Amino acid sequence: MSSTPIDRVAQATPKKVARRIKGLSDRAIAWIFVAPTIFLLLAINIFPLIWTIQLSFTNYRANRLNREVENIGLRNYERILTDSDIWLNMQATAHFLFWTITLQVLIGFTLAWLIHRNFKGNAFWTTVIVLPMMLSPAVVGNFWKFLYQPQIGLFNYIVSFFTGRDPSSFQMLGDVDLAPWSIVIVDTWMWTPFVMLICLAGLRSIPDYIYEAAEIDRASKFRQFWTITVPMVLPFLMLAVLFRGIENFKMFDLVVQLTGGGPGSTTELTSINLKREAFEKWRTGYASAYAIILFVTVFGLASIYVKALNKVKER
Amino acid sequence: MSAHSITAATSRAKWVAGTLVILYAVITMIPLAWILMTGFKSPSDAISYPPKVVFEPTLEGYVNLFTTRTRQTEEFLAANPPENWADEIVRQYDMVIVGPSKFGERFLNSVIIGFGSTFLSIFLGTLAAYAFSRFRIPLADDLLFFILSTRMMPPIAVAIPIFLMYRELGLSDTHLGMILLYTAVNISLAVWLLKGFIDEIPREYEEAALIDGYTRFQAFYKVVLPQAATGIASTAIFCLIFAWNEYAFAVLLTSATAQTAPPFIPTIIGIGGLDWPAVAAGATIFLLPVMIFTILLRKHLLRGITFGAVRK
Repeated sequence: MSSTPIDRVAQATPKKVARRIKGLSDRAIAWIFVAPTIFLLLAINIFPLIWTIQLSFTNYRANRLNREVENIGLRNYERILTDSDIWLNMQATAHFLFWTITLQVLIGFTLAWLIHRNFKGNAFWTTVIVLPMMLSPAVVGNFWKFLYQPQIGLFNYIVSFFTGRDPSSFQMLGDVDLAPWSIVIVDTWMWTPFVMLICLAGLRSIPDYIYEAAEIDRASKFRQFWTITVPMVLPFLMLAVLFRGIENFKMFDLVVQLTGGGPGSTTELTSINLKREAFEKWRTGYASAYAIILFVTVFGLASIYVKALNKVKER
Repeated sequence: MSAHSITAATSRAKWVAGTLVILYAVITMIPLAWILMTGFKSPSDAISYPPKVVFEPTLEGYVNLFTTRTRQTEEFLAANPPENWADEIVRQYDMVIVGPSKFGERFLNSVIIGFGSTFLSIFLGTLAAYAFSRFRIPLADDLLFFILSTRMMPPIAVAIPIFLMYRELGLSDTHLGMILLYTAVNISLAVWLLKGFIDEIPREYEEAALIDGYTRFQAFYKVVLPQAATGIASTAIFCLIFAWNEYAFAVLLTSATAQTAPPFIPTIIGIGGLDWPAVAAGATIFLLPVMIFTILLRKHLLRGITFGAVRK
């Protein structure tokens, strides 16, 4: 503590003078600076979370104010965990998570690997590629609905141009088999640049001398890729997967605008299902329990993942 | 890297890499270019088959976006000649402009809520980040993690109690309510990013100022803040973009007075379904500022999207 010059000066000064010189004590300033943030988060995040936990044990319905609220214990949780429809939503979410992350990692890493060749104009093209990721998912999702229209939509037209299939013979959003892929395509289009940027940072963090040493040892390019590039980019890649995983587990806006969860409930991800329970069926207590289950799932998975990530980093 | 470095890519490898990347960039731009183009199409061109790449541009979409129109009888149309170019465009459908649409209002709401919440997040975030960066705060790591973990909640899960709370407090569908909510969501990003930026400013500057007789607060205000200006500006843009793009809270908690543009744009209805040119026009106006900001931000982009975890 006393190593900084100012502390030495402070210790050498009489208390009263020190107070006048420094104004408030550092400790007081620290608390004054941090308190508003903590207060805001307590009011708008933690208090609501506690309220949600409390509601999750009741049969409260937010649209019926006069109805008596009963405490029903763990019944909501029981119902959710034994409901086969909810497992279907979980499956839809898992399908979405698995394929978006796989595609984004593959394409994102390849792009980063190519951009890292440092061709002329790579900075410009990187900026162009990055654009979709910063845009409003709801507005973009809404417009993709237009691109996916059979007959008039550009997507179907391009597919038919290359495959020769009739553009009105398939409906990306209306077909039970295609709809889950339609949301994977749009999410991949939007978020591949995110993975790409992080991989690029990883590639750029590898010092040249490692490759030079490998070159002197006559390691093949293939071997260099698997023993130098991949392990050194891995922590970055895992971080990207963590971010995408959490974000896509929460996915709502893009998919709601694209498919609204349909057809049937084939693209009804957990967030969309939760919204239906909470704000359309108004089963507030039930939805609260659902929300808690989702939160615990994300939090638990993320914690385990972060532990794994730290292990990779230590290596 | 020297010109003869054995690790540099050969010119042929560069050429191949460049071609593939540019190809990807062009493909990825198609949907965005299509939004821009559709905004200038007439409704019939927008839904023609095969999709039209070459078309006669018109401002119909933009006129429809900003106005409300009603159909009128032929006598009325004959008696009242069109007043301006916009009126002339809608006359071809036997319609007259009767007033502005809600788009302007919704757009303004986006601006008010976006800037309001950005200002508040940056104000609170800078103070907290400075404290976390410079002072010993008990349990600092736990507090920082707590601040970050508030981002892991699905928005819909947060929206349930917020909806009830705002209903009690009269904050539903108000600008203030949305500003507070977006601030609470953005503050984690602001604190984490700004802490990183302030950590990079050498402590020696402040210590020199303190020895010169500045108070701690003056040192923060006159020395640290100017040094952190770039970091604060880029953090602010990230907060603004988030608030600008946000949809889930907006669609659930706002309706008549404080609704922002993202829930509004998909609901623009024309004759016989969605008015796609008007939707595209709205999307263009709404997305363009973010694209410009993204280009301005490109150096700090990585830092922003990873909460400062990757700094390049």
